[in-house]
Amino acid sequence: MSNHLKNLKLKIWRQDGPNTSGRFEDYIIDEISDEASFLEMLDVLNERLISDNKLPVVFDHDCREGICGTCSLMINGQAHGPERRTATCQLHMRKFKSGDEIVIEPWRASAFPIIKDLMVDRSAFDRIIESGGFITAPTGGAPDANLIPIPKPVADAAMDSAECIGCGACVAACPNGAANLFTAAKINHLNVLPQGQAERYKRVEAMVETMDEYFGSCTNHGECEAACPKEISIDVIALMNKDYRKSKVKNRKELSRG
Amino acid sequence: MTITLDSKIPNGPVADAWNTYKSDVKLVAPGNKRKFKVIVVGTGLAGASAAATLAELGYQVDAFTFHDSPRRAHSIAAQGGINAAKNYQGDGDSVHRLFYDTIKGGDFRAREGNVHRLAEVSVNIIDQMVAQGVPFAREYGGLLDNRSFGGAQVSRTFYARGQTGQQLLLGAYQQLARQIGLGNVRLFNRTELVDVVTVEGRCAGIVTRDLMTGEVVSHAAHAVVMATGGYGNVFFLSTNAMACNVTAAWRAHRKGALFANPCYTQIHPTCIPQSDPTQSKLTLMSESLRNDGRVWVPKNADDNRPAAQIPEEERDYILERLYPSYGNLAPRDISSRAAKRSVDSGRGVGPLKNGVYLDFSDAINRLGRNVVEERYGNLFEMYERIAGENPYDMPMRIYPASHYTMGGLWVDYELQTTIPGLYAAGEANFSDHGANRLGASALMQGLADGYFVLPYTIGNYLAPMLNKPIPGTDHPAFKEAEQAAQQRYQGYLDIKGTRSPDFFHREVGRIIWDYCGMERTQQGLEKALSELPALYEEFQKDLRVTGDGTSLNQTLEKAGRVDDFFQLGMLMCRDALEREESCGGHFRAEYQTDEGEALRDDEKFAHVAAWEWTGEPTKSVRHTEELKFEAVHLATRSYK
Repeated sequence: MSNHLKNLKLKIWRQDGPNTSGRFEDYIIDEISDEASFLEMLDVLNERLISDNKLPVVFDHDCREGICGTCSLMINGQAHGPERRTATCQLHMRKFKSGDEIVIEPWRASAFPIIKDLMVDRSAFDRIIESGGFITAPTGGAPDANLIPIPKPVADAAMDSAECIGCGACVAACPNGAANLFTAAKINHLNVLPQGQAERYKRVEAMVETMDEYFGSCTNHGECEAACPKEISIDVIALMNKDYRKSKVKNRKELSRG
Repeated sequence: MTITLDSKIPNGPVADAWNTYKSDVKLVAPGNKRKFKVIVVGTGLAGASAAATLAELGYQVDAFTFHDSPRRAHSIAAQGGINAAKNYQGDGDSVHRLFYDTIKGGDFRAREGNVHRLAEVSVNIIDQMVAQGVPFAREYGGLLDNRSFGGAQVSRTFYARGQTGQQLLLGAYQQLARQIGLGNVRLFNRTELVDVVTVEGRCAGIVTRDLMTGEVVSHAAHAVVMATGGYGNVFFLSTNAMACNVTAAWRAHRKGALFANPCYTQIHPTCIPQSDPTQSKLTLMSESLRNDGRVWVPKNADDNRPAAQIPEEERDYILERLYPSYGNLAPRDISSRAAKRSVDSGRGVGPLKNGVYLDFSDAINRLGRNVVEERYGNLFEMYERIAGENPYDMPMRIYPASHYTMGGLWVDYELQTTIPGLYAAGEANFSDHGANRLGASALMQGLADGYFVLPYTIGNYLAPMLNKPIPGTDHPAFKEAEQAAQQRYQGYLDIKGTRSPDFFHREVGRIIWDYCGMERTQQGLEKALSELPALYEEFQKDLRVTGDGTSLNQTLEKAGRVDDFFQLGMLMCRDALEREESCGGHFRAEYQTDEGEALRDDEKFAHVAAWEWTGEPTKSVRHTEELKFEAVHLATRSYK
């Protein structure tokens, strides 16, 4: 049966818009079921704020199943909060106890400017994908799906990387604000597959260099892997670096051939 | 107004219809395609695949999403898989069998021509997605793996762990991103459709609201595609994402697009039961779990022992008992009602006695924990995070919840609505699933519409328009629609009542769930139709939206969506009331067999009900399109 938590002290970052300065505001949650999710607790707070004629706290969220990657909160300094392998929306109040103080902030990274309160702009991720995060496969021309067998370990490795939900926790957790885990996961998904070979080096070069336009540099802290709700391994960064290094030679050769 | 609903299915055998259509369709020459602008609203599977393919063909495409990125669309949450008649398992599958299963699964309330085409192109979808790098599950030899899903006796479902929707959407999104990078698609994110504009009966474009600034803007185009998903959130508690809504489809409906079969809603049997009153949504546990999980309840209503202590002979494996040939893989509507009957009879399990068990102990004993973990590991983890119980040790508790809506904008064979130039794709249209959708068919339909149907049919509409001018955004019809939208949103701010949009959403959802949910009666529906207008009036008088309309305001967004749910909800109840039969997801208690199964009335109701907006939510007019069955025989659905 469910228990109730009492007297939670929330410190929430409020900011009216991208160009204004923000501040922490304090709120008390008198009582909440431990079956409630973290975002449901914020729903309850927002209902109260509306009934007090105040502005509810803006935060990004959608599927609440941990797959769409929309939710994005720093909870007590940790991206997505204290539970491993868990996005904010899947975090439940049973992970907290009565009387806890909970600090809630937006993703902290200069590449993700704040829009309002806890909502940030992550469109830099889309720019990285647009630069090369795809296999060029126009509709209609595909050969039979079983024509090219893919060894199970290869398909599994691609899937391990492809699980990335694009939430940005890796960037928020990184002291440098680097997006290497995200970018490398996206590259590795396609670069290990036979279908991805034709554009392999062009892809890695374009995506890494687009990433560098927006994000900080990786110094192998490993904070990203710890924060990732899909526990994507930082091994993918090594694979990306290897392919990037090769690309500098391969792509030059391709060019010289005209 | 007299409306004839012409499905425009080519004459001749249904199996040849799509080839006949493709041979006759008008084409736009490659160099002329760039002279046409097409708007695609929504970037889920249907929208992203349509936008990417149309842009790749050479059309100018503007794509709209209310999310921050196209990749957030709710297609991403589909877990189990995607059907295709590949027959890679050699177990007797064929295009005809997938077609037949889909028609039968839909309880003979879908249009044969559309469904046959869906089955035909299903095989192309798998080829296309593999070429794009979707990492489907594979056998050790490197070939694709399959599993089976409800309503089928073959294994035709392709999957990527428990995240098939995610992988397919990322595939479609990557193709869209490529076209954005090439400059062929302009993407408008965090932008919501607030109206559809028609000029002289044709769709001339749309009006949108920028969610960041509140700015209302018009966009003109030669054709518009609505790929805006379903309306399952009308129930408030559903497996849909929080932002899923009916607004785009509803605004099109108000501008003349008929809305078909709104009462066909799917209640999915395997969701995690509600645990507390603040709950905001329900979480689905993939139907694929029913491949290895067994559904049971205690035989005795007052049996409060933990599951493991209830001996085998005191358990009732309800689906295996009632439907021996399909067992735990009976279709969704049938499985849902079996669960509801068990809970209603007091045999529910869990602290609130509001669920049934889905038990994996046999599978774990038979296959070993590793195999079960390989197949369902991420689902088990998700269950544990939400329910706080470990399904390896104790059975999951599940209960039905609103999941998918088969009804939607009426479309013909070309996926065109009753407004020329306005198309609807994916869950937003009504065409392929009849009164009940089979598992793993939604992903199939979204991608079929976007990749393989619309790129042909839109060309057929556009070809005769070559070099003819279209109304621009300075046309008075656009200005009127802009003003109406501004007034509508300002109106919500001006009410200054006492209740939030969420309050009203919960209330409207409760009424619809109680009276237009898993089981409907004349009395209940009439009650709903008297309660809803009263509550709607209260909404219009007592709504409170704080903040303003010129900056990001999530409460204001929600107000507009709840408003449209009210109007849709009334139409759903009317549709359910007028359809005096039971079929698929529409179960009227008055019309059932002695064993409690749905009892269709093919004499009177073998038709699509398509509703016309007349200005008052309760006074819409019902039109019908007769369904002709030539390739299959109408039969009573049996899964015994």
